[in-house]
Amino acid sequence: MYSEKVMDHFEHPRNVGEIEDASGVGTVGNPVCGDVMKMYLKIDENEVITDVKFKTFGCASAIATSSMATEMIKGKTVDEALELTNKAVAEALDGLPPVKMHCSVLAEEAVKAAIEDYRNKKLKEN
Amino acid sequence: MKVKYFDNAATTALDKDILDKMMPYFSEEYYNPSSIYTKSINVHKVVDESRLRIASCINANQNEIYFTSGGTESDNLALKGYALANRKKGNHIITSCIEHPAVINSCKALEKEGFEITYLSVDENGFIKLDELEKAIKDETILISIMTANNEIGTIEPIKEIGRIAHEHGIAFHTDAVQAIGAIKIDVEDMNIDMLSMSGHKFYGPKGIGAIYIRKGIKVNRINDGGHQENDKRSGTENVPGIVGIGYAILKACNNLEENSKRISELRDYYISEIEKRIPEVKLNGDRVNRLPGNANFSFKYIEGESIMLLLDSKGICVSTGSACSSKTLEPSYVLLSIGLPHEIAHGSIRVTIGKHNTKEEVDYLIDSVVEVVDKLRKMSPLYEEGK
Ligand SMILES: Cc1ncc(COP(=O)(O)O)c(C=O)c1O
Ligand SMILES: [Zn+2]
Repeated sequence: MYSEKVMDHFEHPRNVGEIEDASGVGTVGNPVCGDVMKMYLKIDENEVITDVKFKTFGCASAIATSSMATEMIKGKTVDEALELTNKAVAEALDGLPPVKMHCSVLAEEAVKAAIEDYRNKKLKEN
Repeated sequence: MKVKYFDNAATTALDKDILDKMMPYFSEEYYNPSSIYTKSINVHKVVDESRLRIASCINANQNEIYFTSGGTESDNLALKGYALANRKKGNHIITSCIEHPAVINSCKALEKEGFEITYLSVDENGFIKLDELEKAIKDETILISIMTANNEIGTIEPIKEIGRIAHEHGIAFHTDAVQAIGAIKIDVEDMNIDMLSMSGHKFYGPKGIGAIYIRKGIKVNRINDGGHQENDKRSGTENVPGIVGIGYAILKACNNLEENSKRISELRDYYISEIEKRIPEVKLNGDRVNRLPGNANFSFKYIEGESIMLLLDSKGICVSTGSACSSKTLEPSYVLLSIGLPHEIAHGSIRVTIGKHNTKEEVDYLIDSVVEVVDKLRKMSPLYEEGK
């Protein structure tokens, strides 16, 4: 049902955890629907994402897409990260079963939510 | 890696000695039991001997047993066949909201045909409420169909009382005993059962063969038209090897019922108590006492069932889950929702069903693996930190 890449990221997820002094944190999803993703970003003064961590409640594809998304945005600028799509994450995982595509949407949304949080914080600071 | 199979409610391994009994009927004694030469008459006898074996296990008569392709077909025949044959008596049927889809979807099909169905709710342990059953009965009620034991949570319904209530009101009573046969003692007389469904592969018999008990005098229309086999209740050339297999399998299951059930329920109780001791914030689904010997269904808060199942799979363990993400509908198990679990708790459910081949060592490995996997997933869960 799942590709080897999905299983690899599910069984050995990268970047699990929290960032204490995160520049931005985004939580998306709903436990009622079975998937919640929380994304922590550390962003430097050049708007480069220097560290990413995540925590996910959800199925294998939710965990695998979280893991893959963190790898894909690490080292990118905030603007580049905003271009991340759920399709790109799914493709990087060699595809997801059609019924599971909704789980990958969360990864994209979590990144966007964390960046929005970062930008809101910056607005308040200035 | 030897697979540790803890999904015995899904199916069981065909016993080798049962397979040996079936083998001659594939390519040696292959004759059609409906023909009237000596070879066929012998095969016909073998088919009837199997009927007798089944009948003897549930205290029925041989001519009250009909072979089908499995539990699904038996349920369809009981519901649709009885409804259509007794339509002039009334159009109301009572069932429960935790029945197998074979029953629920047969009822849905009957609704389209103008029947009215009452789906009884269940309490937090999965029992139907007898007073609600009584209240649901009306003049038009012709059939009550309640499963003997639930496939997901293992709850054993008060079948005898349900049958008594049905008969007090002159209503026929069908029970889906697919999970119960071979696990708990069934007596159609004592339990007031008029129709009963069973499926061979749930008790170490072959797949694709089932049977239905239909009490003498109960009218059921056939649902597939054809060559009038099975006393015109179920047309089609008989699956003779399957029929031989299910007969020997049920006999073996019933002969060893007490011994197997005792050993299996001890393993189950051990699993349950260890999980409750070693993992905080778990919920056992179903009743603690009136439950199938092999069934242990837990919800693990803050994590999701498909993840648990797949991590166990990577350790060579087979279990099942009621999570939405493993279903095609993206809804968690309707049985778990029916016993009042919130969606997020239903998502984290894992059903373990222990069978006669499981050993204490395997259960120990299962327990250690569940503890490890739950811990790993909780450390990854954003809900766990919040819940604490
Ligand atoms: C309670 C119950 N009824 C009916 C069935 C259907 O049996 P089969 O798949 O053999 O047709 C099952 C099988 O899972 C079951 O558990
Ligand atoms: Zn999912």
